[in-house]
Amino acid sequence: MKRLKRRTLSEANLAATDRFDVVVVGAGLAGTAASYLLAKAGLSVLCVERGEDPGTKNVMGGILYRQPTEKILPGWWKDAPVERPIVEERIWLVTPDSMVQGGFRSARYGEEPYNAFSVLRVKFDKWFADQAVGAGAVLVTDTVVEDVLRENGRIVGVTTGREQGDVHGDIVIAADGVNSLLSKKAGLHPELAPHQVALVTKEIINMSREKIEDRFLLNANEGATIEVFGDSTMGMLGYGFIYTNRDSLSIGVGALLSDLIKKKINPNVLMEHFKSHPMVKRLLEGGEAKEYMAHLIPEGGAASMPPVYRQGMLVVGDAAGLSNPIYREGSNLALMSAKFAAQVCVEAHERGDFSAEMLSRYQTLLDESFIMDDLRGYSKTSSFFQGKPQFLERYPEILVDALHEFLTVDNVPKRAKQRRILRQVLSRRAPWELARDAVGALRALT
Amino acid sequence: MAEEDVNQVTPGARVEEKLYNVRFKTDEDRSHLIVLDNQLCNRCVDKPCTVFCPVTVYKWENGEHKISVSYEKCVECGACRIGCPYFNIEWKYPKGGFGVQYKFG
Repeated sequence: MKRLKRRTLSEANLAATDRFDVVVVGAGLAGTAASYLLAKAGLSVLCVERGEDPGTKNVMGGILYRQPTEKILPGWWKDAPVERPIVEERIWLVTPDSMVQGGFRSARYGEEPYNAFSVLRVKFDKWFADQAVGAGAVLVTDTVVEDVLRENGRIVGVTTGREQGDVHGDIVIAADGVNSLLSKKAGLHPELAPHQVALVTKEIINMSREKIEDRFLLNANEGATIEVFGDSTMGMLGYGFIYTNRDSLSIGVGALLSDLIKKKINPNVLMEHFKSHPMVKRLLEGGEAKEYMAHLIPEGGAASMPPVYRQGMLVVGDAAGLSNPIYREGSNLALMSAKFAAQVCVEAHERGDFSAEMLSRYQTLLDESFIMDDLRGYSKTSSFFQGKPQFLERYPEILVDALHEFLTVDNVPKRAKQRRILRQVLSRRAPWELARDAVGALRALT
Repeated sequence: MAEEDVNQVTPGARVEEKLYNVRFKTDEDRSHLIVLDNQLCNRCVDKPCTVFCPVTVYKWENGEHKISVSYEKCVECGACRIGCPYFNIEWKYPKGGFGVQYKFG
């Protein structure tokens, strides 16, 4: 593919007279996907990025899904800088000295067309943005969008705070991430509350390929993921994760900001607590820390989403609160929301109608898709587990002690052991509490 | 006192040391983080920003009765924007091309 040089603001000659069909704010997954699709559809697109390169401000756990990404770029994984295809997913439930684990591994995930890949966003986003530029989008980096541009109360573009930095566009797509200052400036977004976001820290730990493959029981170039619940978050709602890259590990841990505030725990301390767990420590041994990051994740599901459209504007990806952390989904929601937004922009462009009514079609497309169905479910899940630390503290301990009792061979008859386990469980949690939590958790998760 | 104990990490794992690996392009002229009203910080009992910030940008200066802001090590997560109980922190993006520049992400 022809690699076009990105243009600087002055080269792109963004004088006040310049106008684009669509101005996209942010070159993350959603912004770049929208830019690519719109350019391919023949619209003029400007994508504005505040980092010195696309990706340099972007953080995610690190798993990108093959099928949803193909809805934007068929066959993307053959050319894109991916780390490893994920063949095994593990879930750990940990107490300070023990672990219960589950997992799924399939050889099918190790062959084309694959299911998911670990990626490093700085590398991936740069490549992804090149595809958008190759399709004809104009990308301007090193530039902060300060506000929407208004004329008679209507949104008609953005202001970049540079000299002659006003840019006109029929539609502005806010793809500026979880903090989305732009959608707040446009009056769409009330401020998020601390219980509606998780604060996650992440580190990149360098390690040789052979060591990674040995430790995670992988064939050459295959990858694995581990999600760690329980003591990993010091009693706060959240989880830790370890993903394998080509020659590094991505390790992260996050908790609700409201829980970090309440428990007065520093996120780096939480990270060190997670890394020092005996089962985690063993996996990291000999690795070399290369980067430390922090990022917010929208946690409220459908209930904390802002309005996602208004006259002249659409909101996509994290900016719209589209994330489903318990299923490790977010990147796919960003990409699909971008696809819907691009579709609506093309329709609006054909009709020359950029009214709220026309753009409300974007909301309809989200509503009719799996996205809103899943996010309504996630609101239920998220609100149920808040303020119920027993699920990450007492229940893992009860389970670990029961298994410890059951699997310790000590010449006690099995039936006596079972009775002892039952007595132990009931002495730590009343039957009605167990029943209430079990029914509640089942409802919240289904 | 108990809080400080919880928030101890071993030498070598302190966030200051971790930040040696992180690339920044610092805007020497202007902080993108501004504490709006020192009076509010004086009244704020827990001063949670000094604890939950993942890179400890905020520090309570006992002698000066104010929060100091080391904006040059901010990784732009936005937690303080949401977590300050008094919404007393004005949070902007650093100037275009400035601030944290991740190498891996």
